[in-house]
Amino acid sequence: MEFDLSFLIISVLKITAVLAWIYGLLWVLGHASRAMKAVGVVLAFAVIQLALSVQIGDSAIFNDFDQGLLFQACAMAMVSLGLNLIYGFNGQFSLGQWGFYGIGAYAAADVTYRWTGEDAQGLLVLGIGVLLGGLTIWGVNQFLRRYAGMPVLSAFTLYLMGSIAAWSIAVWLGGALNGLLAPLFGTKDAPGLLSSGPALQVVFFLAVLFAGVFAAEISFLFGLPVLTLGSDYFGIATLGFTIVVNTLMVNSDTILPFPEMKGGRGMIGIPKLTTWFWAFLFLVLVIVIMRNLIHSSTGRAITSVREDETAAKAMGIDVAANKLLAFVIGSFFAGIGGGVYAHFIGFLSPGTFDFLVGFNPLIIVVFGGLGSMSGTIAASFGWIFFLEGLLRVILGQMGTEAPTWRFVLYPIALLLLMLVRPQGLLGRAEWGFLRAPEVQPRAHDEPRPTPVPASK
Amino acid sequence: MAWIGQGFLLLLAAVAVFILGRDLIRDPRLFIQIVISGLQLGFVYALIALGYTMVYGIVKLINFAHGDVFMVGSFVSFYAVTRFQLHVWPSMIFPTLPRGVVVVIGSLTVMLLSMVTCVAMAVTIERVAYKPLRDAPRIAALITAIGVSFFLEFFGALNFVFSPRFIPYQRPFEVVTWYFNDGFHALTEAKAPPEGSITFSNIFVIIVAASVLTQVVLQFLVRRTKIGKAMRATSFDKPTARLMGINVDRVISFTFAVGAAFAGLGGVLYAIAYPSIWSQLGILPGLKAFVAAVLGGIGSIPGAFVGALIMGEVEALTMGYISTPMRDAVAFTVLIIVLLVRPTGIFGEPEKEKA
Repeated sequence: MEFDLSFLIISVLKITAVLAWIYGLLWVLGHASRAMKAVGVVLAFAVIQLALSVQIGDSAIFNDFDQGLLFQACAMAMVSLGLNLIYGFNGQFSLGQWGFYGIGAYAAADVTYRWTGEDAQGLLVLGIGVLLGGLTIWGVNQFLRRYAGMPVLSAFTLYLMGSIAAWSIAVWLGGALNGLLAPLFGTKDAPGLLSSGPALQVVFFLAVLFAGVFAAEISFLFGLPVLTLGSDYFGIATLGFTIVVNTLMVNSDTILPFPEMKGGRGMIGIPKLTTWFWAFLFLVLVIVIMRNLIHSSTGRAITSVREDETAAKAMGIDVAANKLLAFVIGSFFAGIGGGVYAHFIGFLSPGTFDFLVGFNPLIIVVFGGLGSMSGTIAASFGWIFFLEGLLRVILGQMGTEAPTWRFVLYPIALLLLMLVRPQGLLGRAEWGFLRAPEVQPRAHDEPRPTPVPASK
Repeated sequence: MAWIGQGFLLLLAAVAVFILGRDLIRDPRLFIQIVISGLQLGFVYALIALGYTMVYGIVKLINFAHGDVFMVGSFVSFYAVTRFQLHVWPSMIFPTLPRGVVVVIGSLTVMLLSMVTCVAMAVTIERVAYKPLRDAPRIAALITAIGVSFFLEFFGALNFVFSPRFIPYQRPFEVVTWYFNDGFHALTEAKAPPEGSITFSNIFVIIVAASVLTQVVLQFLVRRTKIGKAMRATSFDKPTARLMGINVDRVISFTFAVGAAFAGLGGVLYAIAYPSIWSQLGILPGLKAFVAAVLGGIGSIPGAFVGALIMGEVEALTMGYISTPMRDAVAFTVLIIVLLVRPTGIFGEPEKEKA
């Protein structure tokens, strides 16, 4: 196949358009008036929705391939934002983000997969499990408050025992309740309430949300002891986590009791439920949560841990708790991203969650600028559209070794960037909505006029 | 309340001891055989781990490209043997030499060639990629290391370089197997070893010898020579070392070179022991060697050695008694547990508090 110049030009235009769209989205999100904000967000959603549906010639402006890239970029942005919270803002060098992404993807996929097979057990177990697991963690936390200075390993043991108990109850309860729900699915001729389309959409939303919480709870259990390690040791331990998760995925049908995940052969038949609406919703949700967190007092505490742990401690900040908080929220984002990813690709294979691929979020975060949310979002979209979209197709036109050449060229680009601009493309700059809000002096902050002494 | 955590760890240890003890009693011969294969793996890891631990000790960089230097080492020896017949060169020049001498000299030449190539490569990488970033934030150097590693892996996978396929490796010498059963016996090809005997090959002997020898050489180099003293000084405090007239850049290059030489040797031995190579050969052994270095306490040379042996044993015993695919998972779980008990590894010194 010969080289197609028009494709190159159109692709570059599309990438520019998407990046401009991100800038616009962040700008309208940051608009002062609430009405304008709402209109702007709907408009931002509509623009892409139009591009996805309006036909020009025999395909849409954004064809199916671009749509896939878009969803992938949204998922990648969520994962990378989570990593930026952990590494960029809190300073904990983590390579475990990809493992939590995989956990979220598999958990969410399993729920909807079972649901379309008229089996509510997945949703029930996961839902009850994250609820009970969360309650247990909260309860143990309340209990541990009485014993100040409890060694981390002992606390971890208690949390672990509690979680195991909670999840055992959840599995038992889910199995029991599943029997009650079974009639509501109806028969093939007369589909019941739960087999309808809207029910599936709700289940999808819940599945992704629960998958995120599930990843967050696992990250709590894992992070509690491991975050006490120093920076590089923490990095290696989290890399180990990704590898352990990946190994468990490969053996999900033999060692883990999930025959529907089919181990190393990959899980097929996941309903493709991710639409632009859901991808956009979750992306905006993650961006808003992240931004509001970062610019809250908690966020400043998290950032202060990065700057100087000793000074933060001296200011009365609970360093360990803040590290854990950042790690858990970051993993929550990764889990949500995984859920979104699983439901647009429809196929999960352990190869996708290999630790080598797991360096990608790290590279994206560093590429966009450590501690810059805008940089991370832009880099995620740019990365996916450029590397997965443009370069793959262009190289594919030039020869048979396309995927290999792609990975030969991008490390070189990476090396050049690191030599020229080690702080990343955006450094710590932010766009629009993500900028720190200007502090409006409140009424009682203004110097009060000194009362004039009453004249005698 | 520390007893809860300690009890938990003790419980884990008891389970491990129980499983191993049960298997040892059930079939001691098999157990020893697995331990031998674990040692073989561990000694190869030790060769790679030395490079990681030295580089980390001196520039605080996780040199992800080290595993790929190791891969290049095995490929160089592959081409030297299959393309250029370098393992039999003495017999081409002196046809009357006895066969044993030819094989020994030839194999040593192949190993030396791999080592030299790896040294050249590592020093180039260090000069081109890492040196300009010495004052940049640490993450920049780390990302660069990942970039170099990806570049080597995927450049090697191109068809005109090493090709993306697995390639059967031709050993420069023949495998001789011995078995131990009331004394040592050589195993001839026709005969299987008698029941209840323990077998090992000359590959095992060579790997152990090479690994122990490097360890001794390295200890001598670091403790007794001038450049070793310079290395220790640089690792301790770079600016002060520079003030004392040490050429820090040269010392760092030298450290990379020594590490790469051992990686090259490790690459040849690994390919001889597990004779199938491909362009991503270096990833997992490299990673596990690094983990071994962390396990033993990164920056410590005996630590890397001990860590590598533990790593090899854990992997072999997991493969033997639990399940083959779980070996990476168990290895990393052991690492995490060891780090929780001793946060800087077995031989590591406690981290300095931030001033």
